[in-house]
Amino acid sequence: MRVALMVTCLADTLFPAAATATVRLLERLGHEVVFPAKQTCCGQMHVNTGYLADALPLVRRHVRTFDPYDVVVAPSGSCVGSVRHQHAMVARRAGDERLASRAESVARRTHELSEFLVDVLGVTDVGAYYPHRVTYHPTCHSLRMLRVGDRPLRLLRQVRGLDLVELPQAEQCCGFGGTFAVKNADTSTAMLADKLRHVLATGAEVCTAGDSSCLMHIGGGLSRLRAGVRTVHLAEILAATEETGAAADPTRTAARA
Amino acid sequence: MSSRDLVLGRLRAALGPDPAAPADVPRDYRPAGGPADVDLLARRLTDYRATVHRCADGEVARVVDEVLGGRRVVVPPGLPRRWLPGTVEAVTDDRLGSARLAAVDGVVTAAAVAVAETGTIVLDGAPDQGRRIITLLPDVHVCVLRADQVVAGLPDAVARLDPRRPLTWISGPSATSDIELDRVEGVHGPRHLHVVILPPGPPS
Amino acid sequence: MSRTFLGMPATAPRGVGHLRGDEPFPAAARRALADPQLRRNLGHATTTIRARSGAVIRELPDWEQLRAAGSAIKADVLARLPELLEQLEAAVTAAGGTVHWAADAVEANRIVTDLVAATGSDRVMKVKSMATQEIGLNEALAAAGITAVETDLAELIVQLGEDRPSHILVPAIHRNRAEIREIFLRAMPGVDPALTDEPAALAAAARRYLRQTFLTTPVAVSGANFAVAETGTIAVVESEGNGRMCLTLPETLITVMGVEKVVPTWRDLEVFLQLLPRASTGERMNPYTSMWTGVTPGDGPRAFHLVLLDNGRSAVLADRVGRQALHCIRCSACLNVCPVYERTGGHAYGSVYPGPIGAVLSPQLTGVEDNASLPYASSLCGACYDACPVKINIPELLVHLRAAHVAARRRPTAESVAMAAAAYAMDHPAWYAAVQRAARLTRLAGRRGRGLPPPLSGWTIGRDLPEPPAQSFRDWWARR
Repeated sequence: MRVALMVTCLADTLFPAAATATVRLLERLGHEVVFPAKQTCCGQMHVNTGYLADALPLVRRHVRTFDPYDVVVAPSGSCVGSVRHQHAMVARRAGDERLASRAESVARRTHELSEFLVDVLGVTDVGAYYPHRVTYHPTCHSLRMLRVGDRPLRLLRQVRGLDLVELPQAEQCCGFGGTFAVKNADTSTAMLADKLRHVLATGAEVCTAGDSSCLMHIGGGLSRLRAGVRTVHLAEILAATEETGAAADPTRTAARA
Repeated sequence: MSSRDLVLGRLRAALGPDPAAPADVPRDYRPAGGPADVDLLARRLTDYRATVHRCADGEVARVVDEVLGGRRVVVPPGLPRRWLPGTVEAVTDDRLGSARLAAVDGVVTAAAVAVAETGTIVLDGAPDQGRRIITLLPDVHVCVLRADQVVAGLPDAVARLDPRRPLTWISGPSATSDIELDRVEGVHGPRHLHVVILPPGPPS
Repeated sequence: MSRTFLGMPATAPRGVGHLRGDEPFPAAARRALADPQLRRNLGHATTTIRARSGAVIRELPDWEQLRAAGSAIKADVLARLPELLEQLEAAVTAAGGTVHWAADAVEANRIVTDLVAATGSDRVMKVKSMATQEIGLNEALAAAGITAVETDLAELIVQLGEDRPSHILVPAIHRNRAEIREIFLRAMPGVDPALTDEPAALAAAARRYLRQTFLTTPVAVSGANFAVAETGTIAVVESEGNGRMCLTLPETLITVMGVEKVVPTWRDLEVFLQLLPRASTGERMNPYTSMWTGVTPGDGPRAFHLVLLDNGRSAVLADRVGRQALHCIRCSACLNVCPVYERTGGHAYGSVYPGPIGAVLSPQLTGVEDNASLPYASSLCGACYDACPVKINIPELLVHLRAAHVAARRRPTAESVAMAAAAYAMDHPAWYAAVQRAARLTRLAGRRGRGLPPPLSGWTIGRDLPEPPAQSFRDWWARR
């Protein structure tokens, strides 16, 4: 299958390991991955902060970029949520019905990674090996906008060597919420503190999730606490094998090369 | 311009010249007509701290004696007298003042309908149930109902009741969730609710 | 739009009622967050109610169908609100009641004050009602020399504690039993000094204290949960029996309801009476529900007045997206599941309507400029939408109101400039890649974002910034 990677601006810029892992994983499963280079950002931050007019060209760019592809996959519940639930709305509010219907068409072809693996490819055992104690945080948009349900957990349970531990009060928001973390920093920090407490209570070495944004938030908190717990994107765990080891990250090794 | 015209005018303006068509209401929730489970009613009533008695019509007086023997009760004018034991001092409600009602210990009534799924009895002000106030001020309420007055769920009850009558839906004794959002029984209404369930039979 | 025409939808007037806070949400929240007792009380109460509500909702196999029906009935109500209100008015009048129309809080307060004054009583007892809190009725009555006695236990706690309500259903949710005991000992006349903090003992103290008030007050004010247009029947849902006292004991009953509380048919109650108790108090059915139609000779009040209140609702109705906030049946499920509410409590929202529904209702009732911080008081986690028994899409409304707020701003702000710059970069991939490379230079700073200027400094109060990678994904892709 030919898969267009929707990398997301955050993974592209700050967390390329999640994106390279997605590429390696899909290629290992025998699929061709293409990267439409004119993609930038889905515009979710603009929409969620109220800047719909600024988001419009980004929606237009996204639709133009991905319309030629039959299958689009992104390692992010939140960005896929924006594509599915916001793009057509932004277009309609701007009076562009044609863009809205094209956006809806692209949205129908766009999948979050765990949805794509389980629903489209029909696999839960992706042949991964990851010998660590891991807890999974279901991000709000994957949980409640996309309803990915237990798909990520079904994938994680098939990873060899992985010790999956349940996160207490897992469904509570970590407090990120995009610009919420800045506009309501105190409340966001209070929410994060509880999330960190629950993560630490699991005794896991790694906290994983399907969104780099929430992982950035949780990881930033863990880093500040010097807790020794790492955040790793679900794609990186699923891409890891005995051969690559857990630490394979070409965007970091490239700096040394 | 009257306030009535002002408010209605504003609302019409808000909807615009081309208001959305009235929406179709999907009613594919469970309809009326399910089996009425008297055992379920008893469990639900007990769950919310009501006391349930199951007996024959002829034994109601004995139950009332157990609960209110030796005490003063108010009864609605249409209540079957055979339900009252000689051990209670019964006052028939004849538009008694609230101070008199507040001074009696208990009240005995019939009911209009009971809802099994929610553990609810409904009073509709019929002569055997009386004015709303008589089941409010006394601290003990004994409510007698026949099994054929029990319905499965809310839709059955709504279909049976007449909204033109004053209705009181009662699910257990007076309670509150206002302290730490947990339920405790016993605030302003009767603190003790006894429900006597009789076998099906003709209206008394 | 600078001029307001008679008959045009209008927001709630300033200077009356309790829809506007004194300070923006983030500032009020900061104070609340610094109170560990408040955090514990809220955490305990919301955790309790979530478990109870979840358990009784799972008992129903048709909860989703009931939600869909409830949502559709409310949409239908809004689509033909004027005709339903006229129908309700006719039915109430035919049953011996009197209907009044109030364009705003000022008018509603005047109507109620005049009605109470006409009875000659200088005291009125009240059943908990959001509408009368919204309009500041108690203050208006006090200005006319009339004492309003709140009879709901939580309202009584708030009133005796000279406090403000912080929850739609349980206005004293921010108080625990020990604090409630202290308030009673301090402010409840005739209270037993040996009072314990057992909830049953506290409830019994309220029972003794209010009994004489119930028996001797000739006029009561209530709200309404539902009003049936076809029959004129009003329904009040409660627990303690204080509602029944107020609805049946006095000679005069005055009910104040927002116009959106009307439902078309008697049968519609079979939906809402299943949704409301399970979503609000987590009970299969609340202890008491009272329904009455006009006046019943020989049973209950001899005079019944129904006040239909606009106070900004017409403005909410005028927004085709925003109007779904008027579906709200005041169950407070969205508060109980909200991670923001759980940590800040209700006072931080300023308005009598706190939590997620307050964040979308208050700014619409007042105009978004008067409650501009509320639409941002959410991480958009979506728990409120899942919990809402009438399926109000609160996250969608929050985003909608943020857009309305941004669109209404006349001058550029630092944020709007940054957003425009980001959008420009993201619509020009070459420029975007250059910005990405420039951003990586912050690696050289080596401080992981500590010392960033406001507002970004908010991030670093509790978290580090990620270390930028050696190369972006697109650079890696281009070279692979």
